[in-house]
Amino acid sequence: MSIRVAGVSKSFGTFKALDNVSLDVPQGTLLALLGPSGSGKTTLLRIIAGLEWPDSGRIEEDGTDITDRHARQREVGFVFQHYALFRHMSVFENVAFGMRVRKAPQAEVKARVDELLHLVRLDGLGGRKPSQLSGGQRQRVALARALAIRPRILLLDEPFGALDAKVRVELRQWLRRLHDEIGMTTVFVTHDQEEAFELADDVVVMNEGHVEQRGKPDEVFDKPATPFVMDFLGNVNVYHGRVENGQAFWHDVPIAYPEYPHAQARPARVFLRPPELDIARAATAGAAPAVESEKSLPATVLRLTRTGAITRITCQPLEGGGELNVDLPTVAAREMAFLPGEQVTITPRSVRVFLPDPEYVI
Amino acid sequence: MASKPRDSATASSPIGLLLIAGAVVSVGLLIVVPLASVFVEALANGPHAWWAALAEDPDTRHAIWLSLTVAPIAVLINTIFGVAAAWLVARFRFPGRSLLVSLFDVPFSVSPVVAGLALVLIFGRQGLLGPTLAWLAVKVIFAWPGLVLATTFVTLPLVVRELIPVMEAIGPEEEMAAVSLGASGWQVFWRVTLPNIRWALLHGIVLANARAMGEFGAVYVVSGHIAGATDTMPLRVEKLFQEYRTPASMAVASVLAGLALITLVAKVVIERQLEAESKELAAARATGADTDPSTGGLGS
Repeated sequence: MSIRVAGVSKSFGTFKALDNVSLDVPQGTLLALLGPSGSGKTTLLRIIAGLEWPDSGRIEEDGTDITDRHARQREVGFVFQHYALFRHMSVFENVAFGMRVRKAPQAEVKARVDELLHLVRLDGLGGRKPSQLSGGQRQRVALARALAIRPRILLLDEPFGALDAKVRVELRQWLRRLHDEIGMTTVFVTHDQEEAFELADDVVVMNEGHVEQRGKPDEVFDKPATPFVMDFLGNVNVYHGRVENGQAFWHDVPIAYPEYPHAQARPARVFLRPPELDIARAATAGAAPAVESEKSLPATVLRLTRTGAITRITCQPLEGGGELNVDLPTVAAREMAFLPGEQVTITPRSVRVFLPDPEYVI
Repeated sequence: MASKPRDSATASSPIGLLLIAGAVVSVGLLIVVPLASVFVEALANGPHAWWAALAEDPDTRHAIWLSLTVAPIAVLINTIFGVAAAWLVARFRFPGRSLLVSLFDVPFSVSPVVAGLALVLIFGRQGLLGPTLAWLAVKVIFAWPGLVLATTFVTLPLVVRELIPVMEAIGPEEEMAAVSLGASGWQVFWRVTLPNIRWALLHGIVLANARAMGEFGAVYVVSGHIAGATDTMPLRVEKLFQEYRTPASMAVASVLAGLALITLVAKVVIERQLEAESKELAAARATGADTDPSTGGLGS
């Protein structure tokens, strides 16, 4: 079942949650809606499920307009952020709910629930109450409950948000395999880019009610379409430089930027990812400052922060400006043994330049 | 909890002891002694006289029967109204919502006598709807429908006030989940909403029933105080007392006091359940950092 969202807008009072959003989800895709809170991703998911009505625009399933179809008739499986399990029902009855309200015969209900509990690895726990389960188990009950009605689309709202790190990683690998087995069109909402990139076939980055970028995880990561995406994907160094004559300037370091061949200088933002910077010790102390490579920026090491396999080196460029983060594998950082106060040179391997208002470029 | 051991330093200090003594004396004088004296007076001539005072006076019998009819009808109306109103207020945002919530409290702030008079002004023979009711040959004031109206009015806030905070705490997610699984509005209500609010609802019903049984002021005005016709138990107590039939009056009063004690016990039992449920809700919300053995095998 493919989904098409066409020009959907939705406001809550004066807050515009969705602004003319369009989106195609082909049959069998596992798609992530990625964005910060308030970007409209959950609202979009709820509109697809029929739990929320759009102010304007259409929702289509396989080309059929289902905008006015009640959530009850949409055959959509929805997994809520905090699971929303029925507290007073057993695990079995939770999973059986969708079939009970359809008045399915008892034998069929029993067979299907047992099959699903096996699928989500909760065999034998049917008699428990949700309050007697761990977070990861509750999540899987919610999933089994949603799958019980044999939905044609599966929607998950922050499916792993409330779980601890280890369970989260295991559960998302498991969900990926489950999706590959069942092949159901699946959309999930997350604010965690790692989750989106690891799990999804397609990533849609949302911000302030509109789609910033859509693409394969690699595309989105390697070619961020907007400064927002670049920034959201994490911990970038931003420098307010300029462009002129086919070059952008990061401090005084020139970077080829053929997109802007004009002589008139324009302000531009230069984005550098911490892992895409090379760092080297400056010429030995005592000697006259060597003429550094034109492509390098001299700086002073301020501090080193180790976060597991990565060590972050925070530097202060000599000519001023904001601090600069460089990420090195911890092993490499240990070999280099940088110390705070040391002089270094920083060379970018790759840089992205965004003009503040691209439409102005002739 | 009263049963937990107190901090001995506080409890044994002179001021602590003084405060405890003060509390015990005032509760004793204001609540325990008067309540006990009702039973003592009622049973002063033995259980046979007590029973005779209740069962052998047809007007008293009628008053008991009337109370046992009017109160459940009023409570039923309030239950239906309370659930519907709480659903509306807890699940929807609309203009005038907070005004509506404040209006639910009017019966608490208005004197019951005023409420009774207001009903007479509307439904009485000279009232707003008087001619219409006369034409339909329906008697409201000085008849049981008036008693039901007055009782419903004074107990109105009890159920809805009990339900709104509970429904807001539970949130709409379970109901939305039920809808997405294909449940109709009624199925959502009976299978999800009602089981979740059942103890709060029962709590409201018990309180409303206690209030309905004991209501005097509003009922006094609309009933016309007709013995054997519109006298409820509290009205009967007052009338017997005015007629210097104190033992009979105390016998009826003891029935009301007994009902109050039963209510008290029911209330305590229900409140325990409510407390347990709210703890369960909190536990369900907790983002349990889980060391869950059965997820262990998923990654491999």
